[in-house]
Amino acid sequence: MTLAAGQGFLSPTGVEIAFLLVGVATLGAAVVTVTTRQLVHAALWLVVALGGLAVEYLLLTAEFIAWVQVLIYVGSVVVLLLFGLMLTKAPIGRSPDADSGNRWAALAVALAAAATLVWVVVDAFRSTWVDLDKATAGAEAGAGSTRVTGEFLFRHWVLPFEALSVLLLAALVGAIVLSRRDREDPKAGGGTGPTSGRSGRRPGVRGTGAGTGPRTPRLGTAGTGVTAPRTSAPEAPAPRASAGRTPAGARGDAAGQAPPPAAPQPPAPPRPTPR
Amino acid sequence: MHLVYPAVLAALLFCVGLYGVLARRNAILVLMSVELMLNAVNLNLVAFDVWLRDTLHAGQALTLFTIAIAAAEIGIGLSIVLLVYRNRCTSDIDRLRDLADVPTAADRMPGTTDNAPDVADGKRLTRGEAAA
Repeated sequence: MTLAAGQGFLSPTGVEIAFLLVGVATLGAAVVTVTTRQLVHAALWLVVALGGLAVEYLLLTAEFIAWVQVLIYVGSVVVLLLFGLMLTKAPIGRSPDADSGNRWAALAVALAAAATLVWVVVDAFRSTWVDLDKATAGAEAGAGSTRVTGEFLFRHWVLPFEALSVLLLAALVGAIVLSRRDREDPKAGGGTGPTSGRSGRRPGVRGTGAGTGPRTPRLGTAGTGVTAPRTSAPEAPAPRASAGRTPAGARGDAAGQAPPPAAPQPPAPPRPTPR
Repeated sequence: MHLVYPAVLAALLFCVGLYGVLARRNAILVLMSVELMLNAVNLNLVAFDVWLRDTLHAGQALTLFTIAIAAAEIGIGLSIVLLVYRNRCTSDIDRLRDLADVPTAADRMPGTTDNAPDVADGKRLTRGEAAA
């Protein structure tokens, strides 16, 4: 701010040049992430974009956040996304239906939002400079180092930090509960003693699976009644109905009944999730 | 460093993520785009924290909290997507239309709902006539 007279667009410093180059690379990786038709490549380009953002944090003298970004985003979030792509049987090669039909409307919305935001931001902060030298020279360890981060995080922000730990615990429990539901099925079919209460809960689930029965013809008639692109609706409830019935068929198999012929195509094997 | 550089980069990243959320069909790709948007906000927070240099370092603290919340969000979101895939054999957002307001056969028949207001009945009647 005080050095505003001595700086300008035409005399960029080395940090600005590095920021611009890394920023162009990050933006290009992000664009490739949202436009590529190969799903696994999208996750790998997301690594490039998030790593570029970590470099930007380093250039903005926020070292601790840069390494947290590398650890959490590049280390765990992208791995989680890759596991999700594998568990949902994402196609390896090019998938032609990666983009939905409203991509031009989405492009128009994104371009309008980008134009508005860039105009507002450039107009608002036209004469604002970040003094990176003073930020690093203020403390001997730097404004974003681990020591300074620890001090302000555990001195001033300790209560939100603890609340955040509770939220992480809730998210952990929620993820486990959501992903454990199918793994209890063979245990419930075995009829062991402690899970008998859960096996008593299972017929309710099977009842909802049977409840999809009257819904299926309704969707079929709806599909035949509307326009031509909806004609794919009569095929669409067929895997849905088999998906609804297959766990019941698996339980019926465990109870001694013969499996239905739709059983050899389970919707997804009850694999353990990455957590 | 000029503040416009990180601010414009954050705005453009946010809009790229916005395009991805609106245009992608696979639910996991939508989650990736959401991550891009969250990271754009994080870059904004860090840049403004370095610019303002308050003693509490609210920008960097909020960035850390946002990263943690994004990690929790991606865990819950992926487990929900896996559950949808187990039940529906698909993770395409376009096909998850059970809550969409499409006219069904029961809606087209007039008089099936007795306690509906007259305006809705008249609309349903005209729609039934148009279909018939």
